[in-house]
Amino acid sequence: MKITKQQLEDFARGAALLGAGGGGDPYIGRLLAEQAFDDFDVPEVIDPDSLDDDATVIPIAMLGAPTVLIEKAASGDDLNLLLKEMEHQLGKKVDAVMPIEIGGVNSCLPFVIAARAGLPVVNADGMGRAFPNLDMVTFNVYGCAISPIVMTDEHLNALTIKTRCAKKAEAFARSIVAETGLSAMISCYPLTGKQVKEYGVKNTITLGLEIGQAIKFGRQSNNALGALLDYLASTEYYKNARVLGHGKVEDVLRETRDGFSFGHCTIVENKVEEGANIAPREPIILSFQNEFLAAKQGDKFLATVPDIIAIVDSDTIEPITAESVRFGQRVTILAISVPEIMTTDKALAIFGPRVFGLDTDYQSL
Amino acid sequence: MIRIGVDVGGTNTDAVLMNGETVVSFTKQPTSSDIKTGIERAISLVLKNSDIDRSQIKYCMIGTTQFTNAFVQRQQLNKVAIIRLGLPSAGALKPLCGWPQQMIDALEHTSYLIKGGHQFDGTVNNSLDWHQIKQAAADIKRKRYKAVAISGIFSPVNNDFEQQVRDYLLEQQPDLAISLSHEIGRIGLIERENSCIMNASLAKLATKVIDAFEQSLTNLDIQAPLFITQNDGTLMNAAQVRKYPVMTFASGPTNSMRGAVFLTGLKQAIVADIGGTTTDIGMLQQGFPRESSIPVDIGGVRTNFQMPDIIVLGLGGGTRIRLDDGITIGPDSVGYELTSKGIIFGGDTLTATDVVSKLGRCNINKAQPERVNHSDDVLKAIEHKMHQQLEDCIDKIKTSKEKIPLILVGGGQILINQTPDNVSELLRPKYAEVANAIGASIGQISGDIDVVCQYKIQGRDVAIASAKQQAIDKAIAQGAIANTVKIVDIQEIPLSYVKDDAVRIKVKATGDLF
Repeated sequence: MKITKQQLEDFARGAALLGAGGGGDPYIGRLLAEQAFDDFDVPEVIDPDSLDDDATVIPIAMLGAPTVLIEKAASGDDLNLLLKEMEHQLGKKVDAVMPIEIGGVNSCLPFVIAARAGLPVVNADGMGRAFPNLDMVTFNVYGCAISPIVMTDEHLNALTIKTRCAKKAEAFARSIVAETGLSAMISCYPLTGKQVKEYGVKNTITLGLEIGQAIKFGRQSNNALGALLDYLASTEYYKNARVLGHGKVEDVLRETRDGFSFGHCTIVENKVEEGANIAPREPIILSFQNEFLAAKQGDKFLATVPDIIAIVDSDTIEPITAESVRFGQRVTILAISVPEIMTTDKALAIFGPRVFGLDTDYQSL
Repeated sequence: MIRIGVDVGGTNTDAVLMNGETVVSFTKQPTSSDIKTGIERAISLVLKNSDIDRSQIKYCMIGTTQFTNAFVQRQQLNKVAIIRLGLPSAGALKPLCGWPQQMIDALEHTSYLIKGGHQFDGTVNNSLDWHQIKQAAADIKRKRYKAVAISGIFSPVNNDFEQQVRDYLLEQQPDLAISLSHEIGRIGLIERENSCIMNASLAKLATKVIDAFEQSLTNLDIQAPLFITQNDGTLMNAAQVRKYPVMTFASGPTNSMRGAVFLTGLKQAIVADIGGTTTDIGMLQQGFPRESSIPVDIGGVRTNFQMPDIIVLGLGGGTRIRLDDGITIGPDSVGYELTSKGIIFGGDTLTATDVVSKLGRCNINKAQPERVNHSDDVLKAIEHKMHQQLEDCIDKIKTSKEKIPLILVGGGQILINQTPDNVSELLRPKYAEVANAIGASIGQISGDIDVVCQYKIQGRDVAIASAKQQAIDKAIAQGAIANTVKIVDIQEIPLSYVKDDAVRIKVKATGDLF
């Protein structure tokens, strides 16, 4: 299959929802992919299960500040160099690329390199959503090595990091980014076809596209939310999707520490129809660290990471990022289950609620 | 200070003659197809209805939507040479990426991607390639381009390269109209470059429109200098508009809101401008419209202009009310046909105006409210729903729980007759129907700055003080009287996903023209 230039807008919208409020605005990624499709060729999207066990697949992403990404984007050659340098490190040809995270701006980037290099994109990723750190990847959970890590910039500097610790890799990569002007291209977790099949979160590219399409077609019949929920219910892994509430953003608190945006927003449920004898429910509080981490009502957790908590505009069902939430928006809060591979004990030790400082164990939706 | 304010809208051209804080006379006239005739008619009328001699007029201010309309309708656009100083950064994105095909087709252009650009902190990322620039300049001359758009990576933080290239091009070809992206947009290369290209494409029209306005003033024997309102509600002189016509985009709603500030003296309030078809709801902060934080598409092209954050509600005087399936309010309107189609005017279409008229909320000239034969219960339910819609929009536009006043302006303000629960009070100032023309006449000048700083290196105090000074200097350079310039807005936005304490600082300063 292929994702055409016309479908990229839907794909980017779906990726924004899967970003769970983070991951950066996919707009710049979408423009980069559109341009690459125009200048080169539209890449093939391949089924992970069709990969040979010994195929070589590399995940691709941009690392840095979204504010810098929207100014410097990518040079194009930096992506080609990334591929060349990784091949040099591995001593073999790369057969396919894939997104490391399907949420946000990084969902589109593998399409750019794939178009430029004539490689296919594997229909899978390593997060099934967006997460803030390089270690929060299923490949890390299940023991795939993060190294070698290759980073490039627009001046065609290439750096390789080798470490056994994914957390340490994160720290090294962030300090390199500080030197490259707060943005760089990165590839890490070089994988075999077998590893992708066993540990990848599968079919998330199709998922992103179809989420975007469901919202678009649903809008035409004035039922974008229904269309989105119906679609999610039809999927294999993301079928437990529910509306946690509809309401108005009543309060937003933010603070920035160590480059992350922390905070929470309070959503008060819409007024109950006049005359109805129902006590108003308690407000829902969403906490975030770039992405939404938990939805809480009173003392009760309604949903937590790694499940996807997303808020969308109640009228258009357009996803709203944690950065752009503000008082007065009418929103619908969604919680979407993630595949089992992301909720095992091993996975929860890497990106479960306690890792983010939440005082609860993970409970499935 | 005697001055004339004019607002050229799609339907009406409004004019006011102001003496200091006093409205001397005002008029609402139909907009003419050539724009100019309508303006001349409106100005003649306000002068006629006063005893002020035209020689006493010190300033003439006009708000116009002509440039927005020309771009959206792809009419009268001139060809543009596009220079980007950025390589190797952003090399994977060409200028005009993301533009609708018919817009690209309508705009004859050549792009030159040249080595050069800065980092987020203003240091040089790549030095300018003068060899490439010389080649581009020669090509521009050969292809007879008269308008050039120049955008440099991180030029809002460091504009040296854009200015150096402009100076060089002007040496080669002094008659070029050159648009610099840092003077138009903010951080976000593609959006800023788009705005810059839009601006360059309007260069020829800008000359034409300003020439016509100046001609009108000459025809009316008015010697006063001409100013045009820009999207933040402040003024640009005629010479600036010739260079930066794009800055007039969306000045309409802004003028109404600024007019509301003038008429009430309030600086923190919600303004609802209720017209014949829609209500524009915006929020005032420090006397200026709050800016939109989401990207604004114009003619399908994404920009990052400072645009007022406006919610448009399909409720106006001519809004149709349907009762077949519960109560449906609009969103369509009978518009200017209200006085023939509305029930109280002898027609048979139930409109919002019919509802409030029959309920006795207002007295309308030559109206026959008795022609409305719906029950009071139904009409009150409709009225309740209209109020509810406005109240919901007010909730959306507010930034906090705190209640602030609501100012109603525009001809359709009779529709609202009770104070919504979520505001502290309801104000309906005198001359509210021409608040937009009054807003155009206020006479303030602004300067904006958007930079990225590293507090670790400069220290927060120094960084903010420097940004403030730049904004003040910019306002003074645009014509503000130095001792009246004040900082009206400072925003500090830490960059996320970055460990260094890099912060984006946005500052706005404004001062008086007179």
